[in-house]
Amino acid sequence: MKLLRVKPGHGDVVLAEGDVAIPEQHTQLLEAFRRELDAGMWAAVPTGGGAGRREAEMVKSFEEIPADAERVIFFPRAAGGRR
Amino acid sequence: MPLALGTAALVLIALLSVLAKPRLETSLLPTLRMLPARMWQTPEPVLVEGYDPGRELRAEQRARALLRSCVNEEEWAMYSELGFLRVPSTLEDRACAYLVYPHKPVLAYAPGTGALLEEYCIDFPDRTRPYGSARLPDADDVLAKWIVLTNEERSLIERSNMHLPGRQIRVAEARHDLLRLARWEREHRGSRERRSRRADNVHAL
Repeated sequence: MKLLRVKPGHGDVVLAEGDVAIPEQHTQLLEAFRRELDAGMWAAVPTGGGAGRREAEMVKSFEEIPADAERVIFFPRAAGGRR
Repeated sequence: MPLALGTAALVLIALLSVLAKPRLETSLLPTLRMLPARMWQTPEPVLVEGYDPGRELRAEQRARALLRSCVNEEEWAMYSELGFLRVPSTLEDRACAYLVYPHKPVLAYAPGTGALLEEYCIDFPDRTRPYGSARLPDADDVLAKWIVLTNEERSLIERSNMHLPGRQIRVAEARHDLLRLARWEREHRGSRERRSRRADNVHAL
């Protein structure tokens, strides 16, 4: 699994990468995940929605990430734009 | 007699304009003076220290690759050819769809009539401001809006600042985009059917 974060001037940046089945890597992924959520990021897991549809499911905790997820994308929290 | 009346009318007009001048200067003229300024004023260019066009271009390319890997083939073709995504509403009480532009409000419209409904102004500012700017690459901004719209449409509507159409996206521009979208969909549907027929013929052989 890869944890990616979109950033101004960068595009996506790999924050952490590992196999959730390996305890040491699981811990690293979990810590990186929590760090991003604590920094105010939102997280989404891209999935194939079936019938040619694609979706990205927003997750609020590490436990919500589907076991077969390949990527988690972090992006800044939404704010109301120009008034 | 007509000459006298004409002269009197001219004098009256001159007198009224002298009397009305102070009132016009205090009320109407400032508004008129401001109008052209608001209409023609171009935004000041935002100069960010350390801005590097090459880096921004590379970031945009990465962002486009990420967006492409998340949306389906048709949505990607729509974004790369038209510059926006169309996302249908999933709320039962809203028979509308949205046009998702990079760094512009999300525009709600009625697919049946093409009527423009609302603009939802929403940003995804990165407060860490790497390189001094909180602005995501265009395709990342579209990706973030697409994710939130397809997951938490109600939340996006509630979080954003809602305005009537025309506030940031010109009505004529939006209508033009809807026409482009309709034309694009017709062409896209046609080419998809042709591909499907070709595949059927190959299978039949």
